Amino acid sequence: MRRIISVLMENAPGALSRIVGVFSQRGYNVDSLCVAPTEDQSLSRLTIVTHGDDRVIEQITKQMNKLIDVLKVVDLTEGTHIEREMMLIKVATRNEQERTEVMRNVDIFRAQVLDVDLTNYTIEVTGTTDKLDAFATLMKQTSDIIESSRTGVCGLARGEKALRP
Amino acid sequence: MVEMMSGAAMVVRALKDVGVKHVFGYPGGAVLDIYDALFAQDDVEHVLVRHEQAAAHMADGYARSTGKTGTVLVTSGPGATNTLTGIATAYMDSIPMVILSGQVASSLIGEDAFQETDMVGCSRPIVKHSFLVKRAVDIPEAIAKAYYIANTGRPGPVVVDLPKDIVNVAEEHPYVFPTEISLRSYNPTLKGHNKQIKKAVSVLLEAKRPVIYVGGGAIAAEAQEELLELAETLQAPVTTTLMGLGVFPGTHKQAIGMLGMHGTFEANKTMHNADCILALGARFDDRVTNNVEKFCPHATIIHVDIDPASISKTVNAHVPVVGSVDKVIKQLMTHLDKIDSKKQQEKLADWWQQVEQWRERKCLSYQTSDTLIKPQQVIEALYKHTNGDAFVSSDVGQHQMFAALYYAFDKPRRWINSGGLGTMGFGLPAAMGVQFAHPGSTSVVVTGDGSIQMNIQELSTCLQYNLPIKIISLNNRALGMVRQWQDMIYKGRHSHSYMESMPDFVKLAEAYGHVGIRVDHPSELDDAMTRCFAEKERLVFMDINIDQSEHVYPMQIKFGAMDDMRLSKTERT
Repeated sequence: MRRIISVLMENAPGALSRIVGVFSQRGYNVDSLCVAPTEDQSLSRLTIVTHGDDRVIEQITKQMNKLIDVLKVVDLTEGTHIEREMMLIKVATRNEQERTEVMRNVDIFRAQVLDVDLTNYTIEVTGTTDKLDAFATLMKQTSDIIESSRTGVCGLARGEKALRP
Repeated sequence: MVEMMSGAAMVVRALKDVGVKHVFGYPGGAVLDIYDALFAQDDVEHVLVRHEQAAAHMADGYARSTGKTGTVLVTSGPGATNTLTGIATAYMDSIPMVILSGQVASSLIGEDAFQETDMVGCSRPIVKHSFLVKRAVDIPEAIAKAYYIANTGRPGPVVVDLPKDIVNVAEEHPYVFPTEISLRSYNPTLKGHNKQIKKAVSVLLEAKRPVIYVGGGAIAAEAQEELLELAETLQAPVTTTLMGLGVFPGTHKQAIGMLGMHGTFEANKTMHNADCILALGARFDDRVTNNVEKFCPHATIIHVDIDPASISKTVNAHVPVVGSVDKVIKQLMTHLDKIDSKKQQEKLADWWQQVEQWRERKCLSYQTSDTLIKPQQVIEALYKHTNGDAFVSSDVGQHQMFAALYYAFDKPRRWINSGGLGTMGFGLPAAMGVQFAHPGSTSVVVTGDGSIQMNIQELSTCLQYNLPIKIISLNNRALGMVRQWQDMIYKGRHSHSYMESMPDFVKLAEAYGHVGIRVDHPSELDDAMTRCFAEKERLVFMDINIDQSEHVYPMQIKFGAMDDMRLSKTERT
């Protein structure tokens, strides 16, 4: 089962490698990983998308909690939550037809064109992993994808729940 | 007034301030400044080893026999990487240790400099935590934190990597030792949750066939007195893991011996048939459970452990209790102290009758011979000649199991062995660490001809520091445990498990300046042991030629339940 795990940790050298190490050491899967400092610069928040049964997820959570650098770990998928991912995607727009078709899909997906060149558009699209997958599939069908880059999922719990030190 | 000193002096001073008395180490380029600072003082004694791996095992033996954190000091590169096996050994058995490793100068890190190794990276999967110190002024705090982390919660090894430029003796910085350590992200839970304690109590009170299963966590928590009280209140049989031997007296009438792969018949039978297992500081290791699918099908499991990640990792716990074993037992006792032990005894009479029947099987009996020395009889003789009260360090293999099964430990911290990692070469240096921690006491190594050769160079260190260790080497001219598996599983094909060019161990011991005694015949064993232990001031190497064909029994049958065992070469359950 797909899970989104959020980790609050010290913004210190080596902390990230310890977390990633737990995954490789114990044979857990990483589908995506997204990390950046929080408003409190001494802390980082990391979001990992992984999959496994309840037992595996419980172990992942416990093993990460055990790391000295980690303050808190929460499985966002346990409750209601919001998740977003961003993708930058460069697609070929060699003729009028490709340009029109790409633009129409940009509108439908509420995406944004960030850069335009004679032969390509670079588009920003934000949403759930599913939405990004759908957009990428469509681009492949209407034109050619030159390159793309995704941030990986980040998320927050709905309502008053929060991951704070 | 803040004292000014060099980074190197800070390292040594901080060691003194955390209470370190002994450091096991080996000098080299990146730590020459620290060695210079060691030269100028008498507070911290440095022990010069012959190989850095042995330094880590010595610090480990020192820690296991005292509960205090062991300390290692090595140079960068090969010095640091040589300690890795020792660090992993300590990590697997949750032993508190701090490893100070030199590092190339900050400006050279990442440039593949001479003797550069990413020690923090190399050791990452086998440490509890690590520090790469970047400024000299941070040294006292890093060292204080390292010792705090190593020996609180579930103990473990901590690496402190010190680049050469920050320990430079030519530059002085203010030395401020922290008065208090607090880490916002690290607060081990020591007391059990009250709700869980109550659940555990009700399971224990209802149990008709209870067993207490104790591991190394009880030793780390110094819970021997609490455990004895709890066990005598509940009147339950007590089994100990390889790591827990001695935390419950091995000669106590409720003790049913070690459990697991080479556990006793009665311990494994009791576990399998129990309706309640109280696991205290044990981790349901695969060498205990055998096939987890078939593990103890009738039992409600109460699992007490300081590490939440150990609970329900391999076997699901019905009543998980996160906490330190000593504190949780005290909490349990506040609810159990009204139990009348007489009534409890009556209640468990049927259960004990059953346990005694299993005990009657006498699974540790063996055939003696007029011509060949049996390994079991060597351990029994050792027990007799040391009054069952020696510090026994062991290597890894058949001799380790014989020692664990045939030497009944009545006190914790007397049995020193690499249980989790199974490190050959551990025994001799561990016994040396024990001897430094307990001068004047009897420090014995039980080893074999394979294991002893993995750190034999330390015989030289033993001479330098006059360590009167007694080495009991069960020499069967083979890698006994490998050979046993080859006999049982590989149709007796002894692939690379025998050695045709054994050294003369007596001459070897003598060459290193010690006493060597060879024993070839059963009739000589007793006298030889007497001679060995009469040598109070010198190291004695006993090279005992034992029966090569002997196997360790009982032995669990692979993929079976806990109580599926071979009891001898011809009998199985």
